[in-house]
Amino acid sequence: MNVQNIHLVTDEAIEKAEAERTASPLAVRNLTVSYGQTPAIFFVDLTVRAGAMTAIVGPNGAGKSTLLKAALDVIKPLAGTVTVFGAPLAEMRDRIAYVPQRASVDWDFPTRVIDVVLMGMYRQLGLLGRVRSKHRAAAMDALDRVGMTDFATRQIGQLSGGQQQRVFLARALAQDADVYVLDEPFAGVDAATERAIIGVLKDLRDTGRTVLAVHHDLATVPDYFDDVVLLNTQIVAAGPVADVFTEDNLQAAYGGRLTTARVDPESVAG
Amino acid sequence: MGAEFVALSLTPILIGVCVAVACALPGNFLLLRSQALIGDAISHVVLPGIVVAFLLTGTVTTGPMLLGAAGAAVLAVVAIEAIRRLGRIESGAAMGVVFTAMFAAGVLLLERSDTSSVHLDVEHALYGNLESLIWLDATGWASLMDASALAGLPVELPRMALALLVVGAFIALFWRPLALSTFDEGFARGLGLRTGPLGLALVVVSAIAAVAAFDAVGSIIVIAMFICPPAAARMMTNRLGHQVAWSMLFAALAAIIGYVLAGYGPLWIGASASVSAAGMIATVSGVILAVAAMAGPHRTRGS
Amino acid sequence: MLGDALLLQLGYNATLVTLGAALLGITAGVAGTFLFLRKRALVSDAISHATLPGVGLAFVLMVALGGDGRWLPGLLLGAAVSAAIGLLCVQGLTRATRLGEDAAIGAVLSVFFGFGIVILTVVQTMTAGQQAGLEGFLLGSTAGMLRGDAVLLAVSAAAVLALVLILRRPLELAAFDPGYAEATGWSLGRIDLAMMGIVLVVTVVGLKVVGLILIVALLIVPAVTARFWTDRAGHVVIIAGAVGGISGYIGAAISAVAPALPTGPIVVLVGFLLFLVSLLFSPGRGVLASLLMHRRYQRRVHMRQGLLALAQGQPIFEALTRRLMHRAGLILPDGVATQSGQAAASKALLDETRWALVRADSSFAVAATRYDGLTPIEDVLTPDQLRDVDGRISAPKAV
Repeated sequence: MNVQNIHLVTDEAIEKAEAERTASPLAVRNLTVSYGQTPAIFFVDLTVRAGAMTAIVGPNGAGKSTLLKAALDVIKPLAGTVTVFGAPLAEMRDRIAYVPQRASVDWDFPTRVIDVVLMGMYRQLGLLGRVRSKHRAAAMDALDRVGMTDFATRQIGQLSGGQQQRVFLARALAQDADVYVLDEPFAGVDAATERAIIGVLKDLRDTGRTVLAVHHDLATVPDYFDDVVLLNTQIVAAGPVADVFTEDNLQAAYGGRLTTARVDPESVAG
Repeated sequence: MGAEFVALSLTPILIGVCVAVACALPGNFLLLRSQALIGDAISHVVLPGIVVAFLLTGTVTTGPMLLGAAGAAVLAVVAIEAIRRLGRIESGAAMGVVFTAMFAAGVLLLERSDTSSVHLDVEHALYGNLESLIWLDATGWASLMDASALAGLPVELPRMALALLVVGAFIALFWRPLALSTFDEGFARGLGLRTGPLGLALVVVSAIAAVAAFDAVGSIIVIAMFICPPAAARMMTNRLGHQVAWSMLFAALAAIIGYVLAGYGPLWIGASASVSAAGMIATVSGVILAVAAMAGPHRTRGS
Repeated sequence: MLGDALLLQLGYNATLVTLGAALLGITAGVAGTFLFLRKRALVSDAISHATLPGVGLAFVLMVALGGDGRWLPGLLLGAAVSAAIGLLCVQGLTRATRLGEDAAIGAVLSVFFGFGIVILTVVQTMTAGQQAGLEGFLLGSTAGMLRGDAVLLAVSAAAVLALVLILRRPLELAAFDPGYAEATGWSLGRIDLAMMGIVLVVTVVGLKVVGLILIVALLIVPAVTARFWTDRAGHVVIIAGAVGGISGYIGAAISAVAPALPTGPIVVLVGFLLFLVSLLFSPGRGVLASLLMHRRYQRRVHMRQGLLALAQGQPIFEALTRRLMHRAGLILPDGVATQSGQAAASKALLDETRWALVRADSSFAVAATRYDGLTPIEDVLTPDQLRDVDGRISAPKAV
């Protein structure tokens, strides 16, 4: 449970929260992860809103990546449960597409761009399914949406950071999921790539999908996202940008050390 | 190249090729996962596995040997992980501790027990005796069709062929998860793939190849087969499928050329007996790697 | 017999060998620590396996020149040369190609060893009886060591130890604080090369004692053992040296009373025993200690969560949490809080609230860094600070 506001919680409130959880594309309860004896995230409750773009922001080391990974069972939490549309994560994996940080990938691996996108279609293909022309067409379509069709046969290690990120996004698009979870999709990419990616993400949102992303740039939060989660080992605040993305909350999340990013009251109050 | 070849050279060459390819196949993925030295560890730990299996069953038949080796491999992996996590030790050092201790234990057990009946001794364990795996019952190429002659085939041949089949089936079946989890483990786990057990399975399959090869080429040469053909292949291409194909070609070449040089080379220069075939195979694989490292089209990063 | 061996009562030769092995153990332990701290532990495996062709070729050369092929200094020189070539190959492969260091190490290790085996079998055909001496280099064989060879061993071991002590400063700098070393103008590449050179000499000296296959254990195991007892790099070196020396001493003594067995495995297993004890029982990092700490930590986390849930009137979902709290007398089996449970829950909630305020206030920046979800705030703030914080807590309000 998050303890930013001390309320005595009524039964109706509990029921309402439970109902929201069941409908939510990704709901996390009591998630706690620690590395050895050091806490990364503690007692995190999060209910992601369907059909919206949600950003997770917070200072370095606040546990943002950890939250995503623990939510998707990429790392094992110490405690906590995760549900996707009310059902356990394990049953609903085909509804989620995950785009990890670029830094964790082996870029020397012998694979081409088109092969990386086809990796995203593992659920459709299975262990031994043949790659047919329809799969290739879907992969090329995904590449087209991120503007990378010309690079289809390039070796992945020869691409720039922005191009690699686009290919990763194409891999996720090929999965045709309902929920897209991205870890720092805009880190280290050029401006053109950033525009392309946010365009694709907004298209996804407009067609009713849900987008959840760890974001590193506070200045662009009001522009890009509908909801925001302020995380600093625990949830400081979560909700629509207009309500939650305030000076006070940011100060609380960044421990009073927020000097660079200025929140423009005009753009937040919207 | 008639009857004498079939009786004396055909089976060792075939076994050698099976050993080389069976090790090169999983070696491709070990290389790409930066786990090349797990091959070093595996080849050292199969020895105590086999010795323990022998001590418990009194024989060196395939079943117990495989179980012993697989068990030793799993024990080694678990121990290495424990040391890495608990002591926060880097993986190379953790491996070094585990496989030297297990190998030392295997050698001592070997020396202290009576294995004279089963051709299990330290020299064998280190570099095998490929040249001795001959087919005495063969009288010529026609023996390939002769059931009674085929019954006299050295047992290592069907054993190694079977190991090659198992290894090949594993690689073929789990090709996609292996490629996925090696390239981007986070993404693979996000898809729900069990990357931990998959990695362990790869190590166990490598151990199976190593133990089957044990009788033919001993333990140390197996490392050469895990690493050199795949490493040379990586420098020839940027596509995984092509890399695996190249590695199989290089492995087979090393086995054939190595055996021929070991068996016939001395004769060509006037010496009498042959030299270690396993050692020569390893040497040839090293030469192939050296050539690839100097001339391979994709030998540098980013090429 | 073993007692005599341990007390150096078995004769001059055996005493020399045992002392030499002990000195070797100390040196290998110390040199290996630097290797281990620089994360290059298994390069020593490549170096050691690369000695084999040199040993064989030196034998062939000496015989061809009409001498006794088993002259130790000649064999060791051959070993050193081919090991150096092997090391250069490892570096060459790593620098010039896309292969990682692990692949380079494995390739050099196996190919050089394979080539060495080829030469060994050539030697076998040359002079049937002589090869027994060469195979002793694989697994070590101090039995029947000539007096001259034993002296060579002891003196060489002492010399290498002296070398390590002389080069201690740059080695320590490169291993403990490479950033500082570079900043003060040291060339890390050169120091690494010197370190590898020392490892090479240690390997060559140790060939007769533990053999090339297991010399890597002598270099690595003491350092890993020491790592379980201390976090301070300087202490790791000292403990590793001591552990290495002890395993060398005891191992050689045992080997003296079991001449039919190769020395290498015995020394390695003694060292491994010391390591095993450390792995299991060392207070900071040992298996036992870690398991206990983890269990305790998990319990504290679950208890805390349960108390906070209680305090906010929320149900407790996780079974482990319920079990722990019930056992501590904080809740009844059906999940309702007991007296002490309610008190503890309120306290936990108050603590959490105070922490939330502290972490949001930049004037408490230092205290805020102590937050880990479990430490009570009274341990961190003074009573005055606590009063200040409490004054700012708003009264609870119903939703």
